[in-house]
Amino acid sequence: MTKDEIRQVVVRVLRDVAPEVRPDTLDPTASLRDTLDLDSVDFMNFVVGLHAALGVDVPETDYGKLASLDDCVAYLAAKRREGPA
Amino acid sequence: MPSLGADMEEGTLVEWRVRPGDRVARGDVVALVETEKGLIEVEIFASGVVESIVVEPGATVPVGAVLAIVRGEAEPPGREAAPATPPAAAPAAPSAPPPAPAAPPPPATVSAPGMPPPRARVSPLARRVAAALHVDLAAVQGTGEAGTITKADVERAAAQGAALPAAAAPTTAAAPDHLAGMRRVIAAAMARSKREIPHYYLATQIDMHRAVAWLAAENAQRPVTARLLPTVLLLRAVALAVRQVPEMNGFWVDGQFRPAAGVHVGVAISLRPGGLVAPAIHDVDRKSPEQLMRDLLDLVKRTRAGVLRSSEVSDATITVTNLGEQGVETVFGVIYPPQVALVGFGRLVERPWVADGTVAPRPVISASLSADHRASDGHRGGRFLAAIDQLLQRPEAL
Repeated sequence: MTKDEIRQVVVRVLRDVAPEVRPDTLDPTASLRDTLDLDSVDFMNFVVGLHAALGVDVPETDYGKLASLDDCVAYLAAKRREGPA
Repeated sequence: MPSLGADMEEGTLVEWRVRPGDRVARGDVVALVETEKGLIEVEIFASGVVESIVVEPGATVPVGAVLAIVRGEAEPPGREAAPATPPAAAPAAPSAPPPAPAAPPPPATVSAPGMPPPRARVSPLARRVAAALHVDLAAVQGTGEAGTITKADVERAAAQGAALPAAAAPTTAAAPDHLAGMRRVIAAAMARSKREIPHYYLATQIDMHRAVAWLAAENAQRPVTARLLPTVLLLRAVALAVRQVPEMNGFWVDGQFRPAAGVHVGVAISLRPGGLVAPAIHDVDRKSPEQLMRDLLDLVKRTRAGVLRSSEVSDATITVTNLGEQGVETVFGVIYPPQVALVGFGRLVERPWVADGTVAPRPVISASLSADHRASDGHRGGRFLAAIDQLLQRPEAL
């Protein structure tokens, strides 16, 4: 899966959690929680959605590495390269 | 048309999920209605067979109007059949339902003589997106199952120019002014609360170090799908504390307190476009933290998508609001009538905490109670907050 494909998946999962998200206006470097006003339940739904879509289990200690859209893509691409722990 | 709150007066039938002849069980979702609180999936309150549809999609009817006729399992077909929604005190619909059709209605692709043209099936999310993008659903080709219009269909139509100019946006049930409608609902409920309910307020600080440590240890071992948020422990603690102080759980109706049979906790969820809803999670006192977490994730997701179930909108027996993530220290909440109590949680912060003669940093949270003085007194309110505190000191037992 390419980084562009991962990005598309991340945006799709984000839109499941926050239906009002407009991908074309999303700053890929901005904090998702701040700009989209995600609370902890939304963020948990986001992480669960990523797991369902990509098979990546993000440990709690790594939540900070999913700060922005670009961060998510980089982290998830690396985790997928590593494969299952 | 079920009453989904004390201030709801009418609703618009958006679509049926059943047809005459379908067998339904109590709790099944049978219809989708539009209210000022948004789209609500109506669950049926009795089991039986749908005998006839009374209200067609698109019609706006008052609370209490008969939407459909359901025949109980043991009842013969005919006039004795039960309405599909609970009767209201003053139904505005005709008291006698129209004669049941002799046969199920024709397939959706065929219009019966004299009937309105068939409506395409539209997913609730697609309906929301269409309203936001001012897309006329009549111009959208559905590609989902059985021609259902999906969110992707709406977005595609919008990209192809099917969006209406704002001034020409449909004013039917598909695109009401949700924000203004929700504001009216909140205004009515909160004004009634402040006008009628003599609130008293109590607050306490709760040491959360055991709860936080237990959660961290648990979550480190759990897959992402089984992890818990602190909110789950707070909800469980409130629900279990209710067992010790039951006068916090129920309704003030007709001049007296009526305790609720179950503990259905309304969870205040702020909507990003504006507004607030507090749908209920049922039987929180009987659910495991894992089940409660799943229910909470599902509830918030569906709330964001704009579709709740009728029982969730109407069944809350006590409300919990957590404004800690906004940095709020202490909440002084307004009770949602006819409930009699609201518990507020603030920010989880590290504070110097004196225990066993020493000062140590501890994660601390503020818990507050807004309670109806007609139903309880400050002494019992204090007992309730103390019970929540004690329960949170044993997170493994929640």
